Amino acid sequence: MTAAPDPAPSAVPSPAVSPSASSSASPSASSSVSPAASSASSVSLAPREPEGRERRVYWAVADSWTIVRRDLTHLVRQPANIAWQLGFPIVSVLLFVYVFGSAMDVGEGVDYKAYAMPGMFAMTMAFGFMNTAMAVVVDRERGVTDRFRSMPMAPSAVVTGRGVSDVVHAALDLVVLAVIALVVGWRSDGGPVATLAGFALLLWLRFALIWIGVLLGLLVPNQEAAGNLFAVAFPFGMVSSVFTPPSAMPDWLGTVAMWNPVSSTANAVRELFGNPLPAGDSWIEQHPVLMAWVWPVIVTAVFLPLAVRRFQRLGR
Amino acid sequence: MTATRPSEADPDGEFSVLAQGLRKWYGPGGKPPGAGGAGADGTSGGGGRDSEDGGKGGKGRKSGRTGRFALDGLDLAVPRGTVFGLLGPNGAGKTTAVRILTTLVRPDGGSARVGGHDVRREPRAVRRRIGLTGQHAAVDEILSARQNLEMFGRLFHLGAARARRRADELLEHFALTEAADKQPQGFSGGMRRRLDLAASMILAPEVLFLDEPTTGLDPRGRSEVWESVRSLAAAGTTVLLTTHYLDEADKLSDRIAVIDRGRTIREDTPEGLKRAVGGARIEVRAAAPEDVPAVVRAVARVAADGAEPRTGAEVPLVHAPVRDGVAALTEVAAQLRAEGVTVEDIGVRRPTLDEVFLRLTGAPAEEPGAAPPPDPDADGSTRSPEGAAV
Repeated sequence: MTAAPDPAPSAVPSPAVSPSASSSASPSASSSVSPAASSASSVSLAPREPEGRERRVYWAVADSWTIVRRDLTHLVRQPANIAWQLGFPIVSVLLFVYVFGSAMDVGEGVDYKAYAMPGMFAMTMAFGFMNTAMAVVVDRERGVTDRFRSMPMAPSAVVTGRGVSDVVHAALDLVVLAVIALVVGWRSDGGPVATLAGFALLLWLRFALIWIGVLLGLLVPNQEAAGNLFAVAFPFGMVSSVFTPPSAMPDWLGTVAMWNPVSSTANAVRELFGNPLPAGDSWIEQHPVLMAWVWPVIVTAVFLPLAVRRFQRLGR
Repeated sequence: MTATRPSEADPDGEFSVLAQGLRKWYGPGGKPPGAGGAGADGTSGGGGRDSEDGGKGGKGRKSGRTGRFALDGLDLAVPRGTVFGLLGPNGAGKTTAVRILTTLVRPDGGSARVGGHDVRREPRAVRRRIGLTGQHAAVDEILSARQNLEMFGRLFHLGAARARRRADELLEHFALTEAADKQPQGFSGGMRRRLDLAASMILAPEVLFLDEPTTGLDPRGRSEVWESVRSLAAAGTTVLLTTHYLDEADKLSDRIAVIDRGRTIREDTPEGLKRAVGGARIEVRAAAPEDVPAVVRAVARVAADGAEPRTGAEVPLVHAPVRDGVAALTEVAAQLRAEGVTVEDIGVRRPTLDEVFLRLTGAPAEEPGAAPPPDPDADGSTRSPEGAAV
C-alpha cells in the first residue's frame, strides 16, 4: 500500500502531496494518455448514418453481424474448444458402438451403428444449449453484457448474434461428427435432399434450444453453476430414443422418452437418412418428421419470450 | 444533511450529470412498499439500518425477505469537466447509482439527466454520450486488444474503416500499441484496465463512469489508471468515479459526494470536507515523558478557544485544535526552544478523508483487508469532539 497517505504528522502544514509521484516514477511513463483520446480525435466520431426509425432494422442486422463475427472469432481462436465439446459425443459413440454395441439389441437384424449415429447427432444438438448458457454466463460475469447494454447498439443484437453464431457452431459440430460417423461406417441411405433435410432438422432443434440456453445463462449465478447444468442436460439427452428404443424401457420412462423432443428429431433424422427406426406404434413415434418440426416451434414459443423477459429484467 | 440540491433546470448545460431524488428498491416484490413518500421514509428510518446490514457484501441486490432501498433519494450534480468522486461504505448505493446513470437499471423514483438527456426517456441519447468502466475489465478475453476496440467501434456505429482507425488511435493513446495483437488474457491488471478505458473512450464521451476502477490493481496499476484518468479529465471529459479508496478520491476528485444508505449526506471539495470535519491541529511528540507537562503548557497557549491539550495514552504525544496552523507551529516551537525542551516531532495536521468518512457515515471505509490505518496513535477517539467544535 505504498499509495496510502503518510499518516505521521508532517513538519509543515501539508498540502496534499501526491503519493503517485513516487510510484509513477516507474520506468514506463508509458501510461500517459494524450488529450486526443477524449477530444481531438482525427477520426470523425459522428454515427455513420443518421439515426432514425428506418435505420433501426439496418443497425439491428449490422450489430448482430458484429456480434456473430466476434463469436466466430472465438471459435477460430479456440479450436481446442470444439474438440472438448465434441469429446463427449465422440467418446459415447465409440463406447456404444464398440463396447456396448454387441450387447445392444434394437430390433432383429438391425445394425446398431446405423441406429446410434443419428442419435448421437441429436444428442450433440441437445447438449448444445449448455454452450449457449456458458457463453451467456461468461459475458455476464465479465461485465461484457453490461458494456453492450450501456452502448447505443441494438439491444437485440446480443441475443440474435449469439443465436446465429451458435447455429453456425452447431453446423460445424455436425460436420465433424458426420466425418467421424462416415469413418466408423455409417451411411445415409436417403437421397441428398432427404439427407440435407435431416441435418436441417438437427439444426432446427439446436436453434430452439438457444432460448433455453440464454434463459439458463441469465438465471444461473456463475460459471460453476453453469457447468452443473450437465445434470439437466444428461437426462434430457439420454432419456430419449438416442441410444435405445423407448419401447425397451419401463413403461412410464418409455413414455417420457418418446415425448422427449430429442427423440422426435433423432427418429426423424433416422427416417430421412433411411436408418433403422425404433419399433414403436404410438402416435408420437409414428410421426417423427412432423414432430421434429413442431417441437422446436413449441420450445421457441415458450422459451424465447421467457429469455427476452429475463434479459429485460437485467434493467430492473 | 445538506446535500447540494441541483436547481430544477440546467439551461446552460452546466452539469454533465444531474440526479434528483433517485430511488431504487431491491426486494422480493420488485416494487417498493407503498410507492409514495410516507411509507418509504419509515423504511429508511429505524428498519433501514438492519436491512442495510443484512444486504452488505452483495451490494444488497439480493437481500433477504425484506428488501431495501439501494438508493433512497440520491441527489447528484456533477459540473461539466470535473472529476467527481462518489464515496461511501459498501452497500451505500454507489454501484446502483452508476448503473442507473448509465441506463443499465431503471430507477423506481426520481430523475436523472446525463449529458443533457433523461436516462429513462432517452436512454439511447445518453448511451451515445457516456463511457462505462465497471468493476470488471469488461473486455473480450479471446479477441486481441485491437479486435476488441474495433468491435466496440462498430457497435458504436462508426463503420468498419473508422472503427479501425479509432482503434489504432486509442491503442496509441493508451500505450497499448505493442500489445495490440495480443489477447487481454495475458495482460497485467493495469493494461487490462487501460484497454477497458480505451473501449469506454471510443466515442470520446462527455461523461466517463468509473466504478471502482482500481480495485484489485497493484500500486503500479493504480498509478497508471490515475494518470489516465487525470489526462482524460484534463482534456475535458467529465469523470464520475466511485471508489472506496479514500486516498484515490482525495487525489483525483475535484468534488466528492459522500453517500450512505442511498442518500447524499455531504458534497464538497476534498478540502472542504476535511475542513467541515475539523480544522488543523497541532501535534507535538515529546522526546521524553517528563517533558510532557512543558509541552502541554506550550500547546495550551495556542489552542483554539482555550481548548485543553490532550495527551496520548501511551506515547508522549500532545495535540490540540488550532486556528492558524503556521502561527501556532512557530509559536510553540519558539516557546519550547526558549524552555530548552527538545521534541521528537512537531507538526500541523489536517484531518484525513478517513476521518471525514468515519464522522459522516459512522463507519470506517470498508475495504476488506486493505484499509489503510486511519491514525498512527491508537487513542484517536479523543480527538473527534474538539474537531467538531471548529
